[in-house]
Amino acid sequence: MEVLSLTVNGEDIEAEIHPGTTLQKFLHDTLGLTGTKEGCGEGLCGACTVMIDGKAVKSCIILALQAQGKNIRTIEGLANGEVLDAVQESFMENGAFQCGYCTPGMIMASKSFLDETQNPTETDIRHALSGNLCRCTGYHKIVKAVLAASNK
Amino acid sequence: MEDFKYFAASDVKQACALLAQYGEEAKVLSGGQTLVNMMKQNLVMPSYLVDIKGLSDISYIRYDGEAGLCVGSLTSHRTLEQSNIVKEKYPMLAEMELNLASVAVRNWGTVGGNLCSADPASDLAPCLMALGAELTLVCQDGERMILLEDFIVDSFETSIKPNEILTQIRIPAKAPKSGGSHIKFARRATDLGIVVVSSYLTLDDTVPGRCKDIRIALGSIDPSPRRYKNAEDCVKCQKISDPIIEKAAQAVFEDCQPTSDINGSADYKREVAKVMVRRSVKMAAARAGAC
Repeated sequence: MEVLSLTVNGEDIEAEIHPGTTLQKFLHDTLGLTGTKEGCGEGLCGACTVMIDGKAVKSCIILALQAQGKNIRTIEGLANGEVLDAVQESFMENGAFQCGYCTPGMIMASKSFLDETQNPTETDIRHALSGNLCRCTGYHKIVKAVLAASNK
Repeated sequence: MEDFKYFAASDVKQACALLAQYGEEAKVLSGGQTLVNMMKQNLVMPSYLVDIKGLSDISYIRYDGEAGLCVGSLTSHRTLEQSNIVKEKYPMLAEMELNLASVAVRNWGTVGGNLCSADPASDLAPCLMALGAELTLVCQDGERMILLEDFIVDSFETSIKPNEILTQIRIPAKAPKSGGSHIKFARRATDLGIVVVSSYLTLDDTVPGRCKDIRIALGSIDPSPRRYKNAEDCVKCQKISDPIIEKAAQAVFEDCQPTSDINGSADYKREVAKVMVRRSVKMAAARAGAC
């Protein structure tokens, strides 16, 4: 067992973990932050997307121990109390959900993208989200929601 | 995932000492975008994992007119993609990165890790081969340099020794009148390539439009990324023209060894390779100023 210290959604956390634990398993199973899904488990579908120090990453193919001392943000840490983030609001306003499984990953990837991109075009958004799969194929409204969020 | 002992190395020296101690039982972990995946599937089961991702002194991008572009092995794909000096001197490298996996993978994955995993479908390897990249490998006893084209020996196999760490990738300085192109053919964005072609062409200083040197490398289509020297010889020392480029494309068509799989038949891939080589060499020549 190894000791892991990191910050998750603003909270300092210390835990003893098995070295083979992925960041996704740690967030989902150990901390109970169930918004971070494991989809493909191979870094392809993006359902496990979280931010490490502000950048989107695929938590299913990163060892939790590699997040030692880092600042992690998950979907649960996006809202400010009762006030949702602009991206979350926009997903609701645009009905950018079908089954919802890909949604946390989509929102985290979108948030990271919008943090570093001013006035994106639809093409920019589609390229930025190409690592996030929606098996309901509800891409149109997702892209619309991100475009709307970029103007907020 | 099988059990292993984890070490977060504090510097290159300590990482080398750990590798010297544990030898083939140890694996080096950088971004782990390939290795962690393989460990999850029990394709790789190291007893010791030496994590070097935190070694910021081998994460850098520097350029000077003599040494060329030096990239620390732990530089992330995303940093390479966004580097202004890379965009200016080697646009094909930045363009390649734009279509390598997804943003989230590029944020965490490293260029050194990509090369050491030696995936036959690496986008980075053929691009760097065309650019003539040379690697620095470090161990406790010193360091050695090796060309990337000699480093990758087979599918998922390199000539790195169990006690070595890849620390730097160097691309020779950009010659005047040179240009390159990287084209990836894949079914959808973020997919691995079905055929990947990189060309880098330098024009003669004295004879207008004549090719002085060219490197053509393909990825995804063979057991490992490699140069196509017969195709290069068709273009080298020739005045660039459509028939000359066609000869190079035909040479690749004849030399490549694709296998039939879910992405297409071997015959199909060979045809695609021919078209892509034609386009890639044309673009490289145009960027070098041939037309």
